Formats: sequence, C-alpha cells, structure tokens
Amino acid sequence: MIRFSPRDWLPSGRALAVVPPFAWLVLFLLLPFLLVLKISFAEMKFGIPPYTSLAQFQDEAIQFSLHLRGYILLFTEDQYVRTYLSSVKIAGITTLVCVLIGYPIAYYIARSSARVRNLLLLAVILPFWTSLLLRVYAWVGILRNDGLLNNLLQGLGLISSPLEIYRTDLAVYIGMVYAYLPFFILPLYATLVKMDLRLLEAAYDLGAKPWQAFWQITVPMSRQGVIAGAMLVFIPAVGEYVIPEMLGGANTLMIGRVMWNEFFNNADWPMASAVTCVMVLLLLVPLVYFQYSQVRQQRQAGGRA
Amino acid sequence: MNGPNKTLRALVLGLGYFFLYVPILSLMVFSFNESPSVTSWTGFSLRWYHSLVNDDALLRAAWLSFRIAVLTATAAVIIGTWAGYVLSRMGRFRGFALYVGMLSAPLVIPEVVLGISLLLMFVELRGALGWPEQNGMFTIWVGHVTLCMAFVAVVIQTRIRDLDRSLEEAALDLGATPITVFFKITLPLIAPALASAWLLSFTLSLDDVVISSFLSGPGSSTLPMEVFSRVRLGLKPEINALATLFILAVGTCVILANRMQWRKESESK
Repeated sequence: MIRFSPRDWLPSGRALAVVPPFAWLVLFLLLPFLLVLKISFAEMKFGIPPYTSLAQFQDEAIQFSLHLRGYILLFTEDQYVRTYLSSVKIAGITTLVCVLIGYPIAYYIARSSARVRNLLLLAVILPFWTSLLLRVYAWVGILRNDGLLNNLLQGLGLISSPLEIYRTDLAVYIGMVYAYLPFFILPLYATLVKMDLRLLEAAYDLGAKPWQAFWQITVPMSRQGVIAGAMLVFIPAVGEYVIPEMLGGANTLMIGRVMWNEFFNNADWPMASAVTCVMVLLLLVPLVYFQYSQVRQQRQAGGRA
Repeated sequence: MNGPNKTLRALVLGLGYFFLYVPILSLMVFSFNESPSVTSWTGFSLRWYHSLVNDDALLRAAWLSFRIAVLTATAAVIIGTWAGYVLSRMGRFRGFALYVGMLSAPLVIPEVVLGISLLLMFVELRGALGWPEQNGMFTIWVGHVTLCMAFVAVVIQTRIRDLDRSLEEAALDLGATPITVFFKITLPLIAPALASAWLLSFTLSLDDVVISSFLSGPGSSTLPMEVFSRVRLGLKPEINALATLFILAVGTCVILANRMQWRKESESK
C-alpha cells in the first residue's frame, strides 16, 4: 500500500544534514573505486579513453566481456608476485621499527609534566606538518656516497670507503620509518596520556617492580593505541610511491612504483587498475580491521554522549 | 615516587628528536652553502635564494599550489566539519558503518589508489557528460578536498565530542532551531579546532605529489610535482632554499597556533 503522507516524501532535517557529506564521499571515493574495479577487467586500446568498455552491442546482442589479462599476469608473472611480497615485507619491517622506536618516545612524552608534554608533542607534530617530500629529500643529502653521514664517518676515520646506503633498500627503510614515525607516536600518545596512573601506583603499592608494572599494566592498556598507530603506518606504507622512488634502488620492488609505471610509462590503464585492485585486496584485512575499530570507537563515543 | 628513569628518558627523547630533526636542520644549513654541493660546506651565501626568486617555473607552480591549497583548505573545513558533526551528533542512521568507513578510508588508503580512482572517474564523466573539459586545478582540488576532509572530520569530531552538551541542549530548550544552535553555540566553541584543521588541510594540499600527478592536466604542474621531478634525479640547492622558507613559514604558523590554543586552555582552567 502506498501512503501519501507528505512526511514520507519530504526529507527530515536530519536526513538533509547527513546527505551532503555522504554524497561527496560516495561520488568522489566509493564510485571512483568501483570504476577502478570495472576498468581492471577491460582491455587496453589506443584512443580516448585508453580502454575498452565491458558491454558492447553487436549483432543484436549485448555482449559482456571481462578481460582477465591483468589478473592472470599478476598471479603468474614472477615479477609481480615478488613485488607484492616485497611491499608487504618493507611495510611490515617499517611498522615494526616504528613500534620499537616510537613506543618509548610516546611513553616518555605521556609521562612528562603538562608543560613539557605540550612542547614535546609540538616537536613531534612539527615535522609531520612540514612537507614530507622535502623531508625525504633531506635524506638524499645525508645518505649519498658523498653525503653528510659518509663525510662524518670518514672524517672520524671510522670507515675508509663510503657506505653504500643511498639507492638501496636500507635507505628506503630509513626514509619510511622517518616519514611514518609521527603517525605511530600520535595515536599511541593519546592512549598513554589517558591512562589512569593510579593503577600503576596500586601495582607499586602491591610490590610490583617498575618493569613488571610496565609489562602487566601499561603495555596491555595501550594495546589499542599501538594497533591504531601500526595500521596508520602499515596500510599506506604498502602503497608508498615517493619514498622508494627517491631513496630506493632500481631493484627496490614496491607495488606503488609498479602501478605508477604501468599507468604513466606504459599507459596501460587496465593493468594499473588490476595492480591497484590486488593491492587493496591485499590490504583488505588490515583495512577492514581499521574500519571496524573506527566504527567501534564511534559506537563507544556515541554511547557515552 | 617510582617515576620514569631520568637517564633513560633523556636518552630516548634525545635520540628520538635527533632523528626527527637532523634531516630538517641539515637541509636548512646547506641552503646557505656557497658551492652547488649540498653536502660539503664551502662558505655562506644567499645565491640559492637569489636563483629561487628568479625561477619562473617554480614560482608559477608555487602560485598554483598556493591557490589550490587555500581553496582546498576552505572547502575541506566546511565539508569536513559538516562530516565530523554528523559523525558525533547525528546518532545512528542507515549506512552509518559505510559512512564511517568512507570517511576514515582516506586517512590510510595509499595515495596512488585515491589518485587513479578519481582520475578514472573524471575520464568517464568526460566521456558521458563532456565535463570537466580537461584535468587541471578543479580536478586536483576535488582530490585534495576528498583527502583533507577526512583529516578535518577527525580533528573536529574529537573536539565536538569533548564539548559540554548542556550548552547546546539549553539553547534547544529555549527554542533555538538546530541550525541556530550549530552556528551560535557549537561553531564558536570549536573555532580553534577549525583554525588548526584549516592549517592542516592547507599543508596537506600544498605537499601532495601523488594525487596531483594523477589529476593534473596540461600546464597545471603544482609545486610538489615540479620539486619532485627535479629532485628525483639528485640534489638541487635551490630546493634546499625553498624547503627552508617553507619549513620556517609552516613552523611559525604551527607554533603560533599551538601557543594560542595553550593559552586559551590554561585560561579556561
């Protein structure tokens, strides 16, 4: 039965408020990604646009053709498989190093007095605000064979010939950890600073040693912050393009670079789309987990308010 | 008092901040170096600043980037604040999980994914509607706003969540419409957060290479694209000069904004 109450037809104020940001995200985020998925099943062709359409009207029939060339190549060519594995490895090691370096930094910032804490936090945020591109560029000057680090070590007589770091995987690790460290420190700091310090005092009163209290109280209570920070490092790091391009060697395999080359150098848009789709597929588990934690955080906050 | 170990604390923080700041400082110091070598010091000179202000291509790109960044920051603050407000004050609605997912995706998703997907959409749009005629400032702006609004929403939403709800409720009880309450009560209360969200969007847009590279068209090279195409092959001292100016400008803004917020917070305590 159709009801003709105008209330059902006119949007309520609340719906009107929700629609604009929702529509922007559907139009410029969700829809574009579905297009990538679509074009990953197309064939490359010369012309504008440089790919075939999936549905064609021919001989009084609409023909759908899903081309799997991109995906078949991705899963059979050794080069692509190695690149995916290498991206995950580089992002994984970067995340691990960020945890090892970032945890103590975040911990000591959170345990400083309010005035000092504000200054220390500002000092972490400041590099995060200044250009990533320029900060990665700075490492070129430090790591090159005739760079600052080698000049210093040779000047001190510690090494006789320059260390080859620039244009190797090691340089990529240094650049990635450097660029992503603030992304790990900030959410972890937010968790650590909210922690109820009376729990630690209680543990000390009950005879716990500082390291026992740290492992049994601080670490478990900061788990959420560590996970949030690790996601903020790992997920974008897998697809990173600028850092491996500037600091890595020709054989530093990263998926963002491969995708960039397929797109800009080979003008193979369907292949670049397939590479992108498999990258997102690879990131699906951490992405879904990240979204899930965001939604849960919203639910908790909503329940509190 | 079982406080943190002082020596260990100094060591950890010292090394940590050394790692964060040495590259920035070396970049700045060598911008004043006389020789074109960016790694060995020969003497003080301002010649790279001189060649920077005479570099037309770089200045043109900088002007374009500046305009895009201002437009991006303004739009991202409007739509991102809106998005953050919906997130924290509208309760549940159908598609809430999808909404949270879409809003937080740009925070983590690799930029190459955002870049290629938006480009393909503009290509399809052009095929279907003949609009936008070509890629350029507008398409880059859409990409940057989509990225930045997610960051704005995070900043705004944490701020709104910490607000005392009773002020808004009192105004509603006294008969103000929800829109009046938003503009007269909520917005003034979150003004400092709006300012820092604007600044964050501005710098994110000014710094972006990847999304811009996908979405730029003929003659619309942004500053980071221009810088990237020069430095991917090696060191360029005038880029050091540019970096120094950039870092000083952003640093001053961030420190000023932080001081203002700090003062405000201590006043309200």
